[in-house]
Amino acid sequence: MSNRDPDFVYVTYIKTTPEKLWEALTSSTFTRQYWFGCEVTSDWKVGSPMTYVMNGEKKVEGKVLVADRPKLLSYTFREAFGESAKEPPTKVTLELEPEAGTETVRLTVTHTDFIAGSKHRPSISGGWPAVLSNLKSFLETGKTLEFEM
Amino acid sequence: MNDVFKALADETRREILDTLYAKSGQTLGELYAPYAKSMSRQAVMKHLGILEAANLVAIVWSGREKRHYLNPIPIHAIQDRWIKKFERQRMDALAALKTALEGSEPKGKKHVQS
Repeated sequence: MSNRDPDFVYVTYIKTTPEKLWEALTSSTFTRQYWFGCEVTSDWKVGSPMTYVMNGEKKVEGKVLVADRPKLLSYTFREAFGESAKEPPTKVTLELEPEAGTETVRLTVTHTDFIAGSKHRPSISGGWPAVLSNLKSFLETGKTLEFEM
Repeated sequence: MNDVFKALADETRREILDTLYAKSGQTLGELYAPYAKSMSRQAVMKHLGILEAANLVAIVWSGREKRHYLNPIPIHAIQDRWIKKFERQRMDALAALKTALEGSEPKGKKHVQS
């Protein structure tokens, strides 16, 4: 965790295993199905680049900071277009913790390091809840929810 | 989802969520301040416990301090499960009404008023 307090913290409980959840978060074949059609791609080695690509267009770029499969994933995050591309990268951390005695994994997403008055902040606050509920639905039922953008 | 509805069925708890929406990451002390005259610290802690159990509030430890974050995920789930569904029916009903009123149905299938 950074020394700054996080801007966003999201917690969701998903009936799955940490391995499956890790796969769902890191494999473009899976992310395409629940992440607004986004392919999240990287070799997930520390220091490697990471991108979100939608319909062949790069939307987000970053760098892998931590990849401790299947427990902790962290990367920098910067929108690849528009006003927020001029802001310094923010940081995404995904923590996967199995809930003792259940077949459930607690997924905590923290998104930190936004600058004051960030243009990029509002799209983030709307984005994660939709992505996470779609992810939960995808892993638990194999189906994703219909969503309008 | 019962936990979430129960947690939301209280004015103070909804107020606390609004407070966290306005400024996330508040400590118990900060959250208690507006209620200092009307409620015991214990009572506010109890409300926070219920919100936490319903996963509407997420906790992050900052040193020895507990910071509270609004976690909107369960509310999003309610929207998906309970709101969109009924909205869609209303939209369908409106679409059907529009079709009937504007008479844009395919030929040979004249609409009969019922």
